[in-house]
Amino acid sequence: MDVLNEWAFIGVFLVLSPILPILPIGAAWLLRPKRANVLKSQTYECGVETVGDTWVQFRVQYYIYGLIFLVFDVEMVLLFPWAVAYHKLDFFAFAAGLLFIFLLTDALIYAWRKGVLVWR
Amino acid sequence: MDCTGLCEVLTQGGTDPGLAQFLSILIGVVLVVSVPLVTVIFLIWIERKIAARIQDRIGPNRVGPFGLVQTFADLIKLLIKEDITPASADRLLYNAAPILSLAAVALIWAVVPFTPYHFGVDLEIGALYFVAVASLGTLAIMTAGWASNNKYALLGAFRVVALLVSYEIPLVFALLVPVMLAGSMSMFDIVNAQAGMWFVFMAPLAMLLFFISSQAETGRAPFDLIEAESELVAGFNIEYSGMKFGMFFAAEFLHVFTNGVLITVLFLGGWYFPGWQMPLIAFMWLGLKAFIPYFISLWIRNTVPRLRIDQVMRFNWFFLVPLSIVNVLVLAFLVMILKEIGWVPVDETGAMALADATFIELLPMTIVLFISNVLICLPIINRLRRTGSDDRVADEQRAQHAIAHAAGD
Repeated sequence: MDVLNEWAFIGVFLVLSPILPILPIGAAWLLRPKRANVLKSQTYECGVETVGDTWVQFRVQYYIYGLIFLVFDVEMVLLFPWAVAYHKLDFFAFAAGLLFIFLLTDALIYAWRKGVLVWR
Repeated sequence: MDCTGLCEVLTQGGTDPGLAQFLSILIGVVLVVSVPLVTVIFLIWIERKIAARIQDRIGPNRVGPFGLVQTFADLIKLLIKEDITPASADRLLYNAAPILSLAAVALIWAVVPFTPYHFGVDLEIGALYFVAVASLGTLAIMTAGWASNNKYALLGAFRVVALLVSYEIPLVFALLVPVMLAGSMSMFDIVNAQAGMWFVFMAPLAMLLFFISSQAETGRAPFDLIEAESELVAGFNIEYSGMKFGMFFAAEFLHVFTNGVLITVLFLGGWYFPGWQMPLIAFMWLGLKAFIPYFISLWIRNTVPRLRIDQVMRFNWFFLVPLSIVNVLVLAFLVMILKEIGWVPVDETGAMALADATFIELLPMTIVLFISNVLICLPIINRLRRTGSDDRVADEQRAQHAIAHAAGD
């Protein structure tokens, strides 16, 4: 299979895979009883009306975790080409890759020393 | 685009070439999609049986022989259950989340190499595709928690951001190791590179890291904070009922087995088995081997208590992430040195080539890498044990202090 064919396969897969859950949900939609009332569709929390807004701002700590994750994830995507070429790299290209990983470690050490990795 | 296999047969039968190509792709996709669909029905039964045995119960045994048809009975029950969308929920996202959840897991199966012959697709960037698609599942759970407009569900969504996102880092770092050894991101090439020696013997630590973080990615005990029944009621899926709830669970059951299959493909040699030369039914070995990590995963789920969020985060950031970086560095360094010594099988251009090497040729390299992995593990296990005992002592002191304080009042 050439490259275009492979991605055509993934394209069809992308379209078909949501059908897998849509089929049973659709069947349930046809078969299930539909007797909605106001009490049933209330938020399921404590049995009494909920107090306060739910869609509040996240605590800033979650954003920091998200940001650190982003740093790692982007750097790791850049590491994959290095990993693929690793088996035929000469020493300098290999050392460049190591340097890159050290930069990544540096980010981790910085976050560690800053104390943002500790859950509060 | 070339036209081979089924497409060729269809063209000879008088079908338009373009249509034939589309049909052959469509049939392939339907085949691959149906594999997880059929698997998940029996996985639910297997999981319930195993969980029951671990908890000293019998498990489902009424419907059909050994309770095999129980899942179908449950399916019918879920189909005729009323499905409530809370009035305050975000309707679009609320309904999209369960669909995305199962679709994300099913998408992983597109790149699973079942047999040496093409079944599914051999993407050049298969490993990267897996990383991309696996994060979709995280997104689905986050969407579900946020769109429900429920405070428990929101807490679940918060924890998804912290937990699932964090554990993706050691997962991807562990994934780098087979990619480096095979020199390709294609799942087929990774399996082919394990013809002589499975990667589990060269990089047991990478497999362990992959296993732990994939256990966290499924949101299963001891990492099931996102649905922690005893504190968040049901976490992100609290508002879901009927078939939508069922879809979340199907996705979770399937995800655990998918992880088993991926560990088999990446580390346990895929369809290879010593002394077995019939690649046509090779998927049998893939399935059987996938049950080893699958069973261990279930075993852990049913025996280990839930961790606190601060413990989980500390375990990831101060232990798994540094360890996974060290693991990649040590492996990269050692293989480079071994190549200089000449212990690594190479092709005519001097590049590392594991695919054509025999077991004996790979043995010295494997022994060195295995020992290095054990050596990394020893101080780390020591440190883990020390940290654990320190924490326990501190907890006990705090408890005693509290008791003394309460008695003094």
